[in-house]
Amino acid sequence: MNALSKDMSGPLALFANRLNTPTGAERQSAAGALARTGLPDRKVEAWRYTALRALGKQDYAAPPEQVDASTVRALLDGVLQAHPAMAALPRVVFVNGRHAPAFSALPDDVDLSFFAHEPQFGLQAAPDRDPLVALNTVLAEDGLVLRVPAGVDAGHVMLISLGVAGAEPLSFHPRHTVVVEKDAHLRLICVQAGQGTYFHNPVMDIRVEDGATLEHVTLQTEGAQAISLGTLYAHVGHQSVYDSFVLGLGGLLVRHEVHAHLAATRGEVHVNGAQRLAGQQVGDITSVITHAASDCTSRQTVRNVLDGHARGVFQGKVLVERIAQKTDGYQMNQALLLSPDAEIDAKPELEIYADDVRCSHGATVGALDDEQLFYLRSRGIPEHEARQILIDAFLDEAVALVVDATAQTFCRSVLAARFAGKGEPS
Amino acid sequence: MSQFLEISGLCAQIDADGQEKQILRGVDLSIPPGEVHVIMGPNGSGKSTLSYVLAGREDYEVTAGTATFHGQNLLAMEPEERAAAGLFLAFQSPIELPGVNNANFLRTAVNAVRRARGLEELDAVAFLKMAREAAKALSMAPDMLKRNVNVGFSGGEKKRNEVLQMTLLQPTFAILDETDSGLDVDALRIVAEGVNRLRAPTFSALVITHHQKLLDYLVPDRIHVMARGRIILSGGPELARQIDQEGYTKFLAEVA
Repeated sequence: MNALSKDMSGPLALFANRLNTPTGAERQSAAGALARTGLPDRKVEAWRYTALRALGKQDYAAPPEQVDASTVRALLDGVLQAHPAMAALPRVVFVNGRHAPAFSALPDDVDLSFFAHEPQFGLQAAPDRDPLVALNTVLAEDGLVLRVPAGVDAGHVMLISLGVAGAEPLSFHPRHTVVVEKDAHLRLICVQAGQGTYFHNPVMDIRVEDGATLEHVTLQTEGAQAISLGTLYAHVGHQSVYDSFVLGLGGLLVRHEVHAHLAATRGEVHVNGAQRLAGQQVGDITSVITHAASDCTSRQTVRNVLDGHARGVFQGKVLVERIAQKTDGYQMNQALLLSPDAEIDAKPELEIYADDVRCSHGATVGALDDEQLFYLRSRGIPEHEARQILIDAFLDEAVALVVDATAQTFCRSVLAARFAGKGEPS
Repeated sequence: MSQFLEISGLCAQIDADGQEKQILRGVDLSIPPGEVHVIMGPNGSGKSTLSYVLAGREDYEVTAGTATFHGQNLLAMEPEERAAAGLFLAFQSPIELPGVNNANFLRTAVNAVRRARGLEELDAVAFLKMAREAAKALSMAPDMLKRNVNVGFSGGEKKRNEVLQMTLLQPTFAILDETDSGLDVDALRIVAEGVNRLRAPTFSALVITHHQKLLDYLVPDRIHVMARGRIILSGGPELARQIDQEGYTKFLAEVA
């Protein structure tokens, strides 16, 4: 690996030795954009609250060909054992950004292929505007390409992304494509987990065609030293539904960025989420929801529980174009700060060019409610347990927005396993 | 000496916008086991503050006096320790707990108290059976156990939920802070019956009320009148009827 050259511009230098030889029009164009912009610093508005300094001073190597199977198995078991129903679901497992067939149990009712065999960059990604998408475009090796045929209810599919790094920091940049064709239905559960120092930089291109429904739950349990900066594009057709929820728990620095585009009438988008962070964790939930057609609905509820020195970032933009009359938009970001050193940065934005719309947004920040705590304690419940009950309840109101019962139970099980008995004041 | 509940010279203040506001100014009150006592008094006389101080709410600072319960220094105990020791406060305005399932809340409370009292915890099945029976006795709709604690409950439902908690936690001393307010006659009777079911030689209650009506169902042993942070007068049940007819003015004038 190259040593970091101080002359090179910022964190981009960390990938320098892998950026040299892009092939194909998409990669060359993205490399050009990346060379012009570099990786964003905090002067870039969209990155004002999330510094990429955390990428550190080390080089990120390409993942090795061989990964210790027992480590992968242990990580996978950790994911699947969170709830008994999970092991029975079809799954596609990626290890360090590459499909790992030995650990997958591929679904039947969908068309599957892989980026490594036939690269697909999709139509929505904008490497010229989003440097992390450009980085992904240049470095992507593999990814899931999943298509649910028209009219098919494909049930559940899990996409499990595991990061396994040893002494040397790794980066991987998977490029996933999910298409739910006309009147089809898919319940997609994405799980990110891992160990060691790695940088996970996925891009997912989603199309939900007319009359189709995609229920998409992302469980963010990256390893404690991991940086994960993901960008997701969702194109939502006529009378179709993209219903998403992200649960952010792991990683050192995690950003979940969603661009949802309501492209035709009567579409519906939900970009909900919850995160519970502690220590030095930074969790960033950023979204841009564009209403580009009339009579569409968007809903966004994000709840943050922040302890220790953790910092939550919420950037939520709802853009209503002039044509998008009768838009119904709702956005709410709420934060519970459990420690005086925890922080939430919230930037809700409404940008409305249509005149007949119903849009509302709001944000709240607070500590645990003293009256509620006293009420619980007056019933004999010890303080730490009372705190835990109120924290769980705060998050659970967001988890309850997950419609799919299996995914909802999965989220609850993971939360319960991670945080049982951790209501003590910090 | 070490009676059931002994309050002596109790003074408490609250910090209101940086100003210390004295609310209790020397409360003396003694409640023997097996008795129901009533506190009446004009608004702002300190009745609710007294109930909060006894239950252990931290906003109030006790500046003088003592309160002992079964001979223990009540004021040194955490709220949950007081509950475990057998004290229960039915809130005047029960708190809503969004996202907290009522049955889970009740079971957590019951088992926390049982644990502290050295009793075996109840499993979900045994608990639900007990809770359903208690709710039925209070004419509560069965779905109230499934809903979030007090969220979307009517005023009457909240008060019944308080009495349900009291029934399940089996206190030896209950403070009912205007549990009758906002209740219609039927609800009032049901709530009173809930309290009456607990009456025993080892159970006492302190009932804060403005109305004689509750006392028709809940025959008290003693009536206390509170004004300006003190008990200014005590008497038998007839005192409540007298206040109901004549108001407080006469009594306040007598001690002024």
